[in-house]
This record gives sequence, C-alpha cells and structure tokens, in this order.
Amino acid sequence: MSTIETLEQKELKYTKEDFISDQEVRWCPGCGDYSILAQMRRLLPELGVKKENVVFVSGIGCSSRFPYYMDTYGLHGIHGRAPALASGIKLANPDLTVFIITGDGDSLSIGGNHFIHLCRRNIDVTVLLFNNRIYGLTKGQYSPTSERGKITKSSPYGSLEEPFNPVKMALAAGATFVARSMDRDPKHLEATLLEAARHKGTSFVEIYQNCNIFNDGAFEKYTNIKTRFDNVLYLKNDWEYRFGKENDKHLFWDGFRFRVEEWKEQEKPLLHTPEEMPVSMEFALAELSERDEFPVPVGVFRKRQAATYDALLTKQIEEVKKSKGQGDLQKLLEAGNTWKVD
Amino acid sequence: MSQSTHLDQVTIRFAGDSGDGMQLTGTQFTNTTAMVGNDISTLPDYPAEIRAPAGTLFGVSGFQLQFSSHEIHTPGDQVDVLVAMNPAALKVNLQHLKDNGIIIANADAFTMRNLKLAGYEQNPLEDGSLEGFQLFAVPISTLTREALVDVAMGARDKDRSKNFFALGITYWMFSRPLEVTLKWIEEKFSGKPELIDANKKALNAGYSYALSTEVFTTTYTVEKASTAPGTYRKITGNEAVSLGLIVAAHKAGRPLFLGGYPITPASDILHNLAKYRHYDVKTFQAEDEIAGVGAAIGASYSGALGVTASSGPGIALKSEFIGYAVMTEIPLVVINVQRGGPSTGLPTKTEQADLFQAFYGRNGEAPLPIVAAKSPADCFQTALEAAHMAIKFATPVFLLTDGYLANGAEPWLIPDVADIAEIREPLAQPGEEYLPYKRDRQTLARTLAVPGTEGLEHRLGGLEKEDLTGNVSYDPENHHRMIHLRQEKVEKVADFIPPPDFSGAQEGNLLIISWGSTFGTVFSALEEVKKQGREVSWMHLRWINPLPEMLGRLIGNFKNVLVPEINAGQLVKIIRSEYLVDAKGFDRVRGLPLQTHELVEEISSYFEEKK
Repeated sequence: MSTIETLEQKELKYTKEDFISDQEVRWCPGCGDYSILAQMRRLLPELGVKKENVVFVSGIGCSSRFPYYMDTYGLHGIHGRAPALASGIKLANPDLTVFIITGDGDSLSIGGNHFIHLCRRNIDVTVLLFNNRIYGLTKGQYSPTSERGKITKSSPYGSLEEPFNPVKMALAAGATFVARSMDRDPKHLEATLLEAARHKGTSFVEIYQNCNIFNDGAFEKYTNIKTRFDNVLYLKNDWEYRFGKENDKHLFWDGFRFRVEEWKEQEKPLLHTPEEMPVSMEFALAELSERDEFPVPVGVFRKRQAATYDALLTKQIEEVKKSKGQGDLQKLLEAGNTWKVD
Repeated sequence: MSQSTHLDQVTIRFAGDSGDGMQLTGTQFTNTTAMVGNDISTLPDYPAEIRAPAGTLFGVSGFQLQFSSHEIHTPGDQVDVLVAMNPAALKVNLQHLKDNGIIIANADAFTMRNLKLAGYEQNPLEDGSLEGFQLFAVPISTLTREALVDVAMGARDKDRSKNFFALGITYWMFSRPLEVTLKWIEEKFSGKPELIDANKKALNAGYSYALSTEVFTTTYTVEKASTAPGTYRKITGNEAVSLGLIVAAHKAGRPLFLGGYPITPASDILHNLAKYRHYDVKTFQAEDEIAGVGAAIGASYSGALGVTASSGPGIALKSEFIGYAVMTEIPLVVINVQRGGPSTGLPTKTEQADLFQAFYGRNGEAPLPIVAAKSPADCFQTALEAAHMAIKFATPVFLLTDGYLANGAEPWLIPDVADIAEIREPLAQPGEEYLPYKRDRQTLARTLAVPGTEGLEHRLGGLEKEDLTGNVSYDPENHHRMIHLRQEKVEKVADFIPPPDFSGAQEGNLLIISWGSTFGTVFSALEEVKKQGREVSWMHLRWINPLPEMLGRLIGNFKNVLVPEINAGQLVKIIRSEYLVDAKGFDRVRGLPLQTHELVEEISSYFEEKK
C-alpha cells in the first residue's frame, strides 16, 4: 500500500500554478489573506495529494472567499457552519483531503458551537483560522478576538468584552494538532500549514492576519522584523524556549508557571515536546499571548496521535458488517413479525 | 360459559400513568392483532414528560387502537373498550368512551390519594356515576401479586407486571393468542429470567382470570380483514421512513447519510437508521440541528444521499442551510415530523401547521418540492419518492409527516425490492466539458460533479450563481433569470410524479382537498357520507409543491371546495391564492387527528344549506 502511494506521489508533479483557479482574487490590496493563499498554493504540491481529492470549505467573511481562488473542489458555505459541511464531506468520503477556511467571527462567534465539536470529534480536517481581530466584510465591528476597549463602529465607547484565545479554545476542545503562525512570516506559515495538513485528526492553525483597512497593525509588534524577535517565541521541537534577537532570553518553568529570564546554558534545559506535553504546560504556553510581559508563542502547541472520528466510523461499519453480514434489503423489509395473506 | 359475539370493528384504549407501560401494552395488542390478520390503525397519545408525577391527570399516557375485519384508516373517534389503570386515566379518557362501552379498571389503584389527584370526590367505581357503561372493576395489582407469589421479587417490582395482566384480560376478551407477546417477552428480557417469568405469569394470569371468572360474560371475535395477498408486517411511520430511505439510497447507488439531532417526535428515525451500519448507513448525531443539515448537505455534495430529519423547531434552525441547498442545487431530503406548535408547542402531539414553513420558511425566493405521507405505511413510498426527486432534480425536498403518522401503526404490504425502480442519475464524468450550472432540458436540473472526479474541480457557494458557469454573479438580469430557473425546475417535478388520489365525479357540489395524515379521517367520513347517498369528490394531495396539474382543471367544476386540515388553514390559503376559488377550511387543532364524525357533520352542512 505505502509503495503504491509513494509511486503515485512521484507522478503528481504539481506546481503552485496548478492550484490557481480562473477567478480573480478580490481581497483588498495589502490584505494578509494574499500571503496565506500564496503559501497554500505553494505547499499543496508538496503534500502529495491529487488535486481532485482536495476540498476547501469555508463559512462567511473575507477569509471565506478563499475556496474560489483554489483550483480544487470548494464549498463556500454559510456563516459559521463550515465545520458542519466539512464533517459531512469527510465522513461520506474519507479519502478526501479537507481544509476549513474560517475567521475569528465565523469560527469563534457565530460558529463557536460547531468549532468546538469538530475539535472534540477529531475529524481528520485542517482548520485555518484567519484571525484579524475584526469584522472586515461587514466593515469594521469588534470581533470575539478583539481586545477589550476596542473602539469600532459597534463599540464607539470601547468594547466591554474579553477576547477569546483561539489556541486555548482549540486545546480545550480537544483538537489533536494546535498551532499558530503569521501571515507575514511566509516560511513559517508554509511549514506550519504543511505539518497541519499532514496530521491525522483535527488540525487547527491560528494565523495572525493583518486587516489593513479596519485593523491595520494589530500584529505589527510580532511581524515587524525590528520588534519580532523580542516579542515572538518560536516553538520548535526539542528546543529550549529561547527568544530574542540573539536568543538571549528564555522561558523558565518553575513547575507552575513560566518566567522570562536571561538565557544561560543549563544542564537539563526544558525542551518543547508538543507530542507529549502535559496539558498544564500546553495551556501555560497558550496563555502567554494574553500577557504583555511575555512573547507570543508561534509554532506547534500540540501534536498528538489519536483515533479520528472518520476512521472509527469506517471501522465500525466494517465490524458490524463482519458480525451481521452485508445487509440484504428484502430481509430488512421483512424483519420482525410478518404474516401472509393468500 | 361465556358467549361469543362477532364484531366488525373495535376501538380499544389503554390508559394509565406514563410509567405504567401503556405504550408497550398497546403495541403488544397491536402486534398480536396485526398477526391475526385484522386491519389496524393506532394512535399513541402520551405526555411530553417522561415520568410525570404518578396519579396526575397530566401524567396520563394512552394508546388507542382500532382493529377491524375490513379496511380501516383511522384509530377511531370513540372507543368501545377503555382500560383504565388509575382514576386519572379514567377521568381523562371517559369522554372518549361510547355509551354502554366497556371499562376495565384497576380497582386497586382507586385509592383515596389517587382519587384526590384525579379530582374525584367519590370513587366512581362505587358511586354509580358509571351507569350506562359496562364496568369491570378488577383488583389488577392484587391479582398480579398473587400470580407472582413464587417469583423472587419485591412487591413494587411485581406491580410493574400489572400491565401484562391487563393485556391478558383483553386478549381473552377479544380472542387473541398469547404467543406473539410471550415470544416478545422472552426476547425483550433476554438475560433477565425473573422478568421473563414474572411478565409471562402476569399475562397468563390475566387471561385465565378472564376465562375462569364469571365476571366477563362475552368474548368477541373480529374476523380477518380481506386484504390484498402478500406478506405483511406492522409498521409505524418513522420505521417506514427509515426503510424507505435505506432502499432509496441503495437504488441510487449511494451511501445513506443522516445528519440529525434528537427531537420529538422525529428521533426514532435517527435511532432506526443508526442500527443499519451493515446497510452502508452513516448516521451522524450532530451538535445541533444546524450542523445536522449541514453535514447532510456536505455528504450529498461528496456523493451520498444526504438526509436530515427533525420537527418544527429544528426545521426552523435548519432553514438557512435548506436555502443554501436550494442555491447550490445539492440533493437533500428534509423530513419534518410535524408536532404541535408554535415554539416548543406540544412536542408529543400531532399537527399539520408546518406546511407554510415548508413552503415559505426561508429567506429569498427559495422554492422546493414538498411531499406529504398519508398514512404510516405510506411513509415508505413518500420517502422513496422524496429521495428520488431530490437526486433527479438536484434539490432539497421536504417530506412532511406528523406525530400521529410517526408513532401510529398499520399493516404494510411488504414490497418486492426488485420491483422498486432504480434511481440512476448520471454524475459528470472525467474528460467531460463541465459547466456546473448547465441544465438538463427536461428537468432543468444541473449535473453534479463529486469531489474525487479528476478534472472537474469547481467551486460552489451561497452567493448568486452565473447561469451555466456557476461563477459568482451580481448581474441584475442573471439574478432575475436564476430566480425563475429555480422556480421552473421545481414546477418540472410535476412531470415525474404520480397523480394524486382522486375519487368521485369530475364536477359537482363539493370537492374536498386534503393532504397528509387527514387521509384516514376523510376516507372514513366519505364512507359515511356515501351511505347518506351524497356525492362528494375528493382529491388527496401527495405532492403539495408542485400542485397537480389536474387540480387546476377540476377545481372550477365544483360549487364548493372544502379543505380539512389540522392547522388554522394553510393549504386552503395556498389553494385560494393559486386558483382564485372561494375554498373553505375545516380545522380542529387539538394535537390529535381530526374526528370522523365532526368532518361528516361539516360535509353534510354543504348539502343541507343548499335546499
């Protein structure tokens, strides 16, 4: 089986141009979405999946126009409900590679319920959440990830709400792959998305995405090359939690919480192991983005192997067929007490 | 020695606390009665509370069954026999009992406390207030405990077998065999020998008690009904829908996918289908009603037969997605097992008040075909037709049933699977030039290309589509054209569906137009009316959208048009607006099927006034 797959993959000599649809891209000039689109087109040839087996599903919002621009199968859904469509698509045909494209409003506000249940079920799909911390398509209202006090058209005196932390939500809801990346770090973004797409199970990637019209510069601190290294912690497998331009700082774990300290060589440094970290540390890491004195972690927070819903469903069908035999329609209709009239 | 009397038809109602097992008792009587070859029609009538406080009026659960030696279509207006397991059951149901009808009451349950809960000041079994009925006050609880004296169980547990004792009495009274229920007890309580023993003993004891005591003087026999030859089974509407969907999916060469969320009275469709993994049935209990329909649409998009089943409140939540399926033109079957509304309404009661919801309950111009089942067994055929049209026309289709059809049962002549037509609709194939919104000339349906098909990658969504290409289009003329194309497509369904049931002359004084579960009542009412020598024509609609072409031709030939419904007048408004005729409605919206005698009176009035 694996040899056949390898052979097939070798024959798939796609380039990024193969994934460009005939539709004109209609995001605002300068929108962070362009970068995400470019990285997606770049990584798909590497993923080694036939393009007719790829489906992009989205909800409503700026990000959700994404499927139109990919020359694969695509469904532009209704607001917040992409996980529902995607679940049906994947369960009806588990051979498909399914991506969900969503935003902070689509996924965490109107579609919050679907999002958490998707993660809980661990259906094998990859979720890209474009987080720009604003409602763009409806022209600038605060979103569930906007900071408290945000002045927008719907909050002229400042919003009163605490924002959601998408990474924390995905972790809590049970997604088996949870990561964060940024539109303005294309290499990191491409690598993170590729890793997410290869993971079996619900993969979630929060992408910091700049809306240059309604919320310009929301992530400037993290994306600007001048300030990036003091404010971003790149999570890497088996690597100390070091950051700063010269990697001169690190996070020290005192058993309960992280502290920022000057880096010094350590005998037994704490290493990042997203495949087997305790939940307490996953959450401690996720929480750093809510606190100004800490760098924002980007990279993979969690990557765990677990049975997917789609695989379990297939297995259950096989098992029932094994024990009961392939169903016979006439027998089905004639089940139970019957009687004959001559 | 008792005497035996032949009866043509009998209506019996079992009533007790919601914990007394009345639904089970009624179902057992039904199964046995179906097996001996009577025609049957049942009406389970139970409260929304799972275990309402014992002895209260609102906790009364009833199961009504009419059985007959000839064809019947309703569970009966008034009952011949009332089995009342407590005072509340008597109080609630006495109004349904015919004069000189039989009451079998559990005398042990007529305690001071229970009498008070039911609002009786005196014991009706003793105060003479039941004169005019044939009262059999039987100490059912005591007799059951005596019969189970050898069974190692507590008194409370023994009491739980008392419904089988009552069932035994009725089996003797109506000359029914015990075997069907004895066998069922063994299967149901397999692995619990003490329960098998107790329930069997209680059933036998009830039967023997009736046989050996001098209390009951008459047994009744109801001959087999003469029905079409073939193999029969008893079936409820929800079972029939489930089977119809499985057969439809197989005939269409697609796996069946049900996306659903539990809701009364539709949940049994989810329960039934969940059992059939070995028939390639995928059921998905979603996080909510919206996700249920969304997953069904997603599954249809990738090649399954996508179905969602719910009731009014759930359908309301699904409406945006149903509109999405109209726009993307993806096959979908939406089943609404209607219940009393509005809002949470009467969850366990029947109603036909979601017709407008099916017709108009979406934003924008979003027409879709609507079919309604007329009887529990007819749910099989309508499910097949709904699935067929959904696939053939690439459209969502509404299948309307209701609580009465869903839980009611009747005999079903089991079809030969080989006789059921295939549902083969071509999908776009690799190498074809593919335009997602190019339409078939006959049906105006678009051809689907499912993911996984090489070279046919395309994008769909809820934004307005450009004709032919399916690209997003904001062009004003294109929008106008697409609105009308979607409407015309639904109208084309009329060319592919069977004509409605029609009986009577093509012109006359009165045309009755009905739909859905009122079929049985109208049928029975017209039998009465005919006996009075009156001519009435009757059209029972199966497909309500599109309306049958023949209705437009006929409707003007009648002086009066009457539309009986279990709502405040919905089809009648559609008929009036469609045909500009002065159609009149007849409605009784009580959470129950229409009563035959009321409809007979209404019909008669159309003849009396014209003198």
